[in-house]
Order: sequence, then C-alpha cells, then structure tokens
Amino acid sequence: MPENGTSATGPKDTFAPAAGSAAAQQLRKAVVVGGNRIPFARTGGPYTKSSNQDMLTAALDGLIARFGLQDERIGEVAAGAVLKHSRDFNLTREAVLGSALSAETPAYDLQQACATGLETVLGLANKIKLGQIDSAIAGGVDSASDAPIAVSEGLREILLDLNRAKTLPQRLQVLSRLRPKDLAPDAPNTGEPRTGLSMGEHQALTTAQWKITREAQDELAYNSHRNLAAAYDAGFFDELLTPYRGLSKDSNLRPDTTLEKLASLKPVFGKNLGAEATMTAGNSTPLTDGASTVLLASEEWADAHDLPKLATVLDGEAAAVDFVHGKDGLLMAPAFAVPRLLARHGLSFDDIDFFEIHEAFAGTVLSTLAAWEDEEFCRTRLGLDGALGSVDRAKLNVNGSSLAAGHPFAATGGRIVASLAKMLHAKGQVDGRPARGLISICAAGGQGVVAILEAH
Amino acid sequence: MTDKYTQLVSRGLGKDIAKKLGLPQPVVLRRYRPGQPLVQGPVLIQGSGSGADELAATLLSWDLDVRRHAVPREKLGAIILVLDEAARPEDLEKPVLAAAASLRDLAPNARVVTVSRAAAGTTDPAAAAVRQGIDGLLRSLAKELRAGATGNGILLADGARTTSPSALGALRFFLSGRSAFVDGQFLTVSSEAGQLAADAEKPLAGKVAVVTGAARGIGAAIARTLYRDGATVVVVDIPAAGDHLAKVANEVHGTALQLDISREDAGQRIIDHAVERHGGLDIVIHNAGITRDKLLANMDQGRWSSVIAVNIAAQLRINEALLASEHFRNSPRIVSVASTSGIAGNRGQTNYAASKGGVMGMVRATAPLLAAHGGSINAVAPGFIETEMTARIPFATREVARRLNSLQQGGQPGDVAEAIAFLASDGAGGISGEVLRVCGQNLVGA
Repeated sequence: MPENGTSATGPKDTFAPAAGSAAAQQLRKAVVVGGNRIPFARTGGPYTKSSNQDMLTAALDGLIARFGLQDERIGEVAAGAVLKHSRDFNLTREAVLGSALSAETPAYDLQQACATGLETVLGLANKIKLGQIDSAIAGGVDSASDAPIAVSEGLREILLDLNRAKTLPQRLQVLSRLRPKDLAPDAPNTGEPRTGLSMGEHQALTTAQWKITREAQDELAYNSHRNLAAAYDAGFFDELLTPYRGLSKDSNLRPDTTLEKLASLKPVFGKNLGAEATMTAGNSTPLTDGASTVLLASEEWADAHDLPKLATVLDGEAAAVDFVHGKDGLLMAPAFAVPRLLARHGLSFDDIDFFEIHEAFAGTVLSTLAAWEDEEFCRTRLGLDGALGSVDRAKLNVNGSSLAAGHPFAATGGRIVASLAKMLHAKGQVDGRPARGLISICAAGGQGVVAILEAH
Repeated sequence: MTDKYTQLVSRGLGKDIAKKLGLPQPVVLRRYRPGQPLVQGPVLIQGSGSGADELAATLLSWDLDVRRHAVPREKLGAIILVLDEAARPEDLEKPVLAAAASLRDLAPNARVVTVSRAAAGTTDPAAAAVRQGIDGLLRSLAKELRAGATGNGILLADGARTTSPSALGALRFFLSGRSAFVDGQFLTVSSEAGQLAADAEKPLAGKVAVVTGAARGIGAAIARTLYRDGATVVVVDIPAAGDHLAKVANEVHGTALQLDISREDAGQRIIDHAVERHGGLDIVIHNAGITRDKLLANMDQGRWSSVIAVNIAAQLRINEALLASEHFRNSPRIVSVASTSGIAGNRGQTNYAASKGGVMGMVRATAPLLAAHGGSINAVAPGFIETEMTARIPFATREVARRLNSLQQGGQPGDVAEAIAFLASDGAGGISGEVLRVCGQNLVGA
C-alpha cells in the first residue's frame, strides 16, 4: 500500500521550526507498533559466520512476517552497526533489498556507538511526528564475531601507492618499503581513541569513584538473569523475537546462576586502581552478536493496517560528558540527559513506571543511580536544587537487560524499545495517566541517549 | 533386517511388490496448477436417470467435452459412473460394464468417479447391498487403474442430488489435479449446504485462514495452497520454529503467530490475532502434530502425554474457543490432519494413533455443532508423504513404504494441502464429519 497523503497535507509547514510546547501539541504521535529481534548470541557462538547484513535482514524478515508487511513500502528504514565493514557502507538499504519489504523502501545508516539503535527510533519517530513519513522501521545490528579487520596503516599506504605507481620500477620501489610489521592486521578494539583505555577500565574508574560494591553489582547481574529467564518462561518474547540459526533464546542467559557463582568470578577490570577491583565477567556485558528492529508508525497508518499501537515515543534527549579530562566518567552522560528530559516534560521519577537502564556494566547502572541520589552531584553538576531522586528497584529492568541478554552494541536500543513498548501496553493506565517508561543508554565517546515512551 | 526383507519379497504380496520395485519410474502425477483445465480430454458419463442427465447438463455448462456414449479408441479424460438410482445389485451390470468397455481408452492421469447413494441412508436390504457393493467395486477398480489414473466416489445422502453444491464441489475436486494422490476414496455429501466458488481459481477469496504447525513440511504446503486459492493466511507454530515460520509467512503474504497451541489460551490468541489483524476468522486448519514413537511396552509418561496434548487435546480446546466465539459464525470451516496410522494402526505409534484416531472421533462429533452456523469440520488422513520426516526413514523401508499404494509412489505435502484446501472451501460445505484419505490408496489400512 502506498503511503497515504498525510505527509503532503500534514502540519509540517504550519508550525514554527523551534521546538516549543505549543508547537509540540501540533505534532502527530509516533507509535511503536511492535518489534522483532533475533536472539542475542555470545561472540564465537552460532552467529560466528553471520554478517551484519545477514542478521539485520533476518530481524527485518521476522518483523515483516509478524506484521504482514510483505511488499509494503515503508516510509523509511534506519539502522546501523558499531563494528562495520567498509563494504557495509549502505548496510540498511542492502538489508531492505534482501528482505520481503518493497524494494522501493528507502533506508539510511546511522552510527552513534551503543546509542545507535535508540537514536534510529528517535530520529524516525521525529519524522513521523513531523508528518514526513507515516511508517518507519528502526534497527541496529552488531557482530563482534564477524568484526572487520583492517590492514595496518603502513600496508594500507603502500597498497594505495602501489595502485598509483605506473611503471614496474616504481612498483618495485613502493614494494621495497614493505616491512614485516606492516603485515600485522589492525583489529578493532573497544578502547577509547583519546585515552587508550578500554570501556571496562573507564567504567572501573567510575565504579570506584561512586564506591559501588562488588555485592551490589553482582546482585544487579543476578536480577538481570533472573528477570530475563522469568520473561522467557512467561512467553514475553514470543512476539518480540524470531529464532535464528538454531538459537531461540539469548545465549548469554544463565537462568540458574546464583549470587554465589557470580561472587566466585575473578575481577577483570580495575585491577590496577589501588582500590578493590569489583568488575567481573559476570557483572559486565560480554561481546555479543545480534540484531533488532522496531516498527514505528503514525496512528493513522497503524489503524489503516489493522496493526497494534503499543506505545508512543514521547521524546528523547542526548548528552555528552568530558571524560577525556576526567571531569565525568565515560559512561555517565545519561545522568545528565535524563534530568533534562524529565524537566522538559515536568516529570519526576514518581511519574515513571518502568526504568530501562542499559546494563553496559552493572557498575554503570549503579553509578548513574548513585549520582541521581547524590545531592552534591545533582546540585553542582546537574544544576538541580537537590538530589534528583531514587529509582524504585522494583521498576528497574523488570524483564532483564544487557547483563543477561548480552549487548550487540547497535541492537540494544531496539531490544529495549520493543520490550518496553510491550510492557507499557500491558500496563495501560496508571492513576489516570498512561504508563510511562524511561530508557537510558550510555555510549562510547562519553555519550548518552535517553527517551521516554508512554502507553498508547 | 535383510532376513525380514527377504521373507517379505519372496512370496505373496511381497513378491508382487518386489516386481513393482523393478519397474520404471511410476508416472508423474498430474497435479493442479492455476490455469490448468479441469480434465484433460472428454468426460464420459455412464448411467441413466435424471441424476445422470442433470449432471451431464451441468458439466456441459462448465464447457467440458461431455460424452453420453463412448466413441471407440477416443482417449478419455474421465469416466463418471452415475449410479444414484441403483436399487438392487443387478442394477449395476449395465452401467458398470458399459464403463468397463472404455477403461482401456483412459488417458494417463484420467479419472473415474462414481456417484451413488450412501449405504447408511437405507433400511432396504437390496438397496443397502447395491450401495455397499459400489464401495467394493470402486476400491477394486481403483487398484486396476494405471498410469496415474484414480478412482474415487461421491456418496449422496438421501435428499442430496447429483448436482447438490458439494456433490459438484467433490466432483470438481476428484476430476482435477487437486486430487492427484487421492485414490480409492469416498466423500459423503450429507446436505445441500455449500456453494461453488464464483472464481474456480480463487475458491478461498476473502477468507481468513489459520494454519497451525505451518513452519515446515505439510503445514507450510497448506499455507501456500490456501494463499494460492485466495485466502489471507495466518501461520502458527511454536516460538522455537519462528525463523522457518517467518519465511513461510513472508512467502504467503500472511502474518506469523508464534504460539504453542497446547497453551490454555491458544484458541483465544488465534481468534484475537485473526480478528485484530485481518478482520475475522473463517478457516482453521489443525495441522500441528508431533510423533514420539515407542513400543507401548516401553512407553513413558512424557512421550504419551505430549503426543496426546499437542495432537488432540489442543485441537479440542481450540475448537471449544472457536465454537464459543462470535467471530467464527459465518460458514466456518475446520479441517484437521489425521493419519492413516489412526485408521489402520502402526507399530510403535500407539500414542500417535490414539491421538489421530481421536481427531477422527472429534471431527465426527463436532460436525453437528458447527452445522448451526453453516459450518463444517473434516479430517484428512495422509498416507506416505515425502517430507523431511519420512526422508529420515531407512532407505529400504522407505522405498517399500512409498510403493505400497496404487500409484506406486509417495505423495507430496502439496497433495495433502490440496485436499485440505478443498474441504476448507465453501464448495465442500455440504461435506462434514468426514475423513478423507490422501494416501494413493495405500494397500494397508482401511
């Protein structure tokens, strides 16, 4: 079915470009129809031979099958990957062409480290709100197994010069520059370019700074596994997930893990900080492969297609911190983005029914929660009158999060948005208002993207 | 293994079968494709009386090349033997021997169809004798036919006419390539209900159909066939089969519902999905089934209970929800997949045969409950079908199994699907509570 005429006749030309509350009232709603992801697999597992394009296509096809979108021309598809081969320059469009969608569906790639997935949702939701498009698919994918490996910088220069050389003597001269060290490949790593520290080492600094205990981190990890396992048992993922390559559950999930087992693991990060090292493989996310997608639409489009409207994408906010000079921790940007987003809507933590705080590390979640509870931090760094408040742990990551599910970087946003939308829809109204959920995702480069969804 | 096989093929029936194993390839059956003519060649109608005349007139109106008298050495696409007025066994002689004279003129993949009265409908001994006699006659004749030709029969309940909607629906099915692997079988038309499709190419146009166990094999073939016939298809399978299910859904432009049908709320989930996404529910195909084979002496609770739970208990529970739903009231159709194991029994399959026998009992008893809404329920019992499952049977066993029928070959998943699509159509509305075997007239069993 072609896009209806809403985009042509919509209100996009009638409101002021500056986002104010008056203009916001004229915007359409962007609703989450549903989502689909493939189970997340630990690196080196069943998806080892699967490319980003394979996995994103599979996630798309599962979404298409769930919602009957075969041959549908979707307004726009946006997705991305953090670890990306140079050949994947048009990853999302290629995945669309390989899917059951209409080949006339446009697509673009987006990359914002681990916030990629959530940012695709926000960007596309904005286009829907503006009336530019009526339907959209947001997504993300990452493979740490099928990661790109580049040639060394030296070899790359030699190969390019060789290509430019015209005569045999010139070519031989270029080749004579080749040294054995040039042949060593340049593998990707999760180190921050400006500090050389890995993400885990950065978080270890933050974890120590906020005095987050080993026990608290292990408990968060334990709850993540327990909650995710319970969600699977309850059939929560039956309409959120499509099996892939023989996997029908996230392979990192350990339903039978115990606090004792988690306590027995040796620390892997922060071993040289002087303070006690508390971060283990159990309370840090593993490298993971996977893909996720979210179907977004205007209310009219969803109705015209007899599709559910689970939740609306209320708003989003990005933030970044100066971690390079040690002002804030690498993964602390959401601590700044959340209060700004809440303030814009006059909301407090009391108005939030589900907190989806991405568990890059248990320490990240706990440091962020501690910062919001800290009067000093909230006054001096956030400019508030006092502490932002405490997050009710009973509302935190109630169906598990990345510590249990794993974290294929760009795919995490889509996982959270689809799951939260389903939870909000089931919750419906709370005290006469729609149930609300807050999503918080930290990202490399000292960034963070957060969002609020409301039950439709 | 070798010993038993040698014993089998060294005498009697087994010897004949062994001979057949040495024969060239069995013929490629003429299977239905959209656009294909109903019959290949002229149709000879044998039998006298108003039933035969009315039928001939109807077939003429379908633009078929109808003959009331055989033309020597003219290749025939079909012989229809109308015996609805036969009152005593002697009445068979004239029409049957007249048809016999034309048997050698049947083209490859031709059809013989008898139209007669159901024996159960009479208390007169002579009438019952001739009616029951036709059963034996047809089944034997089907075994004599060669080159992909099949013989099947239509039984009219008293009151039903040779041109009742479902009599014509069944006739079209038996004449067409849709019934390629149906041989030696009868369908009873019990009422005037039903309606032939306006567009014979799209008999399910406008219908919303749900197929369980649709991720692969016969279920996937059913989904494709219903889609081809015009239905909007919802494919259902357990969440763990979701990737295959998604492929099927995308192929048939339908929606995938990952659902374990043995869940308590499965019926409601199916109804909700069909109504919310597609605006209604007209057809439910109970195809999902599992096998957990074991000799009964070695049977454990898990094997027994899981087979009963999935293969029959789930169907009963879903049907309860369907019967209670206001959304399943517009000529609803249910078709269940049974099995020849449930008819003839199969060593090592006591649990499976109990469940599949159960399906047939359920179908019979549910038919009157659906009749109030102009609905119908039937079962299809597949014989040896070439699937991933039967491909795992050891070679020799498989080779014997697939030759043990009148067509000397295994059926395709699509053959089962065709029978189901027919029974799910309004053209079969007057057929209910029946079990149709799709087995190429398997030599074992009923």
